[in-house]
Amino acid sequence: MSALKNLTAEYALRIGDTSLVLGQRLGEWCGHGPILEEDIALTNISLDLIGQARAFLTYAGELEGRGRTEDDLAFQRDERDFRNNLMVEQPNGDYAHTMLRQFFVSAFHYYFFSELCKSKDTTLAALAEKSLKEVTYHLRHSSEWIIRFGDGTPESNLRMLEAIDTLYRFTGDMFASNDIDNELLKAGIAVDMTVVYANWMKKVESVFAQATLTVPKDCFMITGGIKGIHSEHLGHLLSEMQVLPRSFPGVEW
Amino acid sequence: MQAISEQEREAQFQAKIDRGEIIEAKDWMPERYRKQLIRMMSQHAHSEVVGMLPEGNWITRAPSLRRKAVLLAKVQDEGGHGLYIYCGTETLGISREQMLDDLLSGKAKYSSIFNYPTLTWADIGAIGWLVDGAAIINQTALAKCSYGPYARAMVRICKEENFHHKQGYEILATLMRGTAEQKAMAQDAMNRWWWPSLMMFGPSDANSPNSDELMRWKVKRYSNDELRTRFVDRTVPQAENIGLKVPDADLKYNEQTRSYEFGEINWEEFFNVIKGNGICNKERLMARKKAHAEGAWVREAAEAYAKKKATKNAAA
Repeated sequence: MSALKNLTAEYALRIGDTSLVLGQRLGEWCGHGPILEEDIALTNISLDLIGQARAFLTYAGELEGRGRTEDDLAFQRDERDFRNNLMVEQPNGDYAHTMLRQFFVSAFHYYFFSELCKSKDTTLAALAEKSLKEVTYHLRHSSEWIIRFGDGTPESNLRMLEAIDTLYRFTGDMFASNDIDNELLKAGIAVDMTVVYANWMKKVESVFAQATLTVPKDCFMITGGIKGIHSEHLGHLLSEMQVLPRSFPGVEW
Repeated sequence: MQAISEQEREAQFQAKIDRGEIIEAKDWMPERYRKQLIRMMSQHAHSEVVGMLPEGNWITRAPSLRRKAVLLAKVQDEGGHGLYIYCGTETLGISREQMLDDLLSGKAKYSSIFNYPTLTWADIGAIGWLVDGAAIINQTALAKCSYGPYARAMVRICKEENFHHKQGYEILATLMRGTAEQKAMAQDAMNRWWWPSLMMFGPSDANSPNSDELMRWKVKRYSNDELRTRFVDRTVPQAENIGLKVPDADLKYNEQTRSYEFGEINWEEFFNVIKGNGICNKERLMARKKAHAEGAWVREAAEAYAKKKATKNAAA
């Protein structure tokens, strides 16, 4: 039982870290969006993601049983201990990059949380259900932009192609799984990533088709997030995010 | 029916205002009234949007996830306020594009307070408590102004600003309960933001060129100095309550007027920052210009796609 608890803690950590890192990335856009409406949308999505991070990290801390809070987990771990996928830590780039990253992750989130709602772990299921409502909007919002960019102007189309070239190779890491997934899947707690991937791919193909874009074939997938092997970008993101709690240890904010 | 003269129309307009009636978008109004409202409202909307920058500066560095969430929610509100007031201003016959052009060209102003830098986390507390606190005083007065769309926008916005004010005060109160370093951080923010917050109410009454006309039209209901005093009276006890010192050697309570008397504002600094010589004037405008320029292809793509879609729908 306790072994399962530890595995579930690790699983919750992955979900929390992924939302946290993407929420942090979107926060960088604040005040710099292409239109005021988008500035508002990005802060709104960021806020949802930070909310998800808080809930899943809190749960991870509870399961772990070492008294670590959401903030301990967010601010006091180093990059090798972060379990987010490689996609979410990629830099914002231009708006095509930001929206494509968002679309890939939101589509993943949508089908992932749809499955997690059925988890035998009732806390994970409840958190998934709440998150699902939020990511449904994220997916709609980002899908619309992918279609506009793909089928908009020659420039926006070209920017989409560049974004696909940069980001597609990290999509595989969203579905990466290991023994932890296998154990938890047997116990009815984790989701089957092959199901999530199949649904995700259908969605991506459908939106890309509307956007007059092609899904890359035979792309080599770079993975490592669940083992804590990240791109160089994560360290910088964390050093900015963690600066205050690390500079003033043990104080309340 | 005989056409009435411009003078008679203005007299009727003034009589309407004097009766306490509200002016709506479609009502006749003097050109000067329209221009003044466009100036004030667009300046207000620009302030909400530019104000996202100094606060956005700390979103990525908020010291706890709860603080980060609250700050995101707050900044999202500010963007929403900007959008809402831009829409309200459009009822006066100016487009958002025009307003934006005026901001980027430097023709339209935004609140000078946002030309001061946010240097520490405590500054986020100070902005919520002092800057939004001052804004609430201004906006509560504007909620009774004679132009309906502006007044209604202020009623809605004030509700959210009260939450911003509380979160700012809570940040500082927490710091003041903390370590010596945290207390120093809070006091330093107080020292830097106090006077610029007083300046937010504009020049002193003797030196306020637009005031008389705006008071006659009930756009302004109270003078700059009246509102400033109201702010000081409300804020000083709150500062004392958490142990913050107001950086004004001349501050004293007058038992007879039941109001605070305070030192002279550094008007030279005030006019300098308005003229563009604040530490962040250039950065703020450059950030807005950069966002606008880099967003051009995004807006063009959205427009091109909408046109394509409309053509397809028409053909279907």
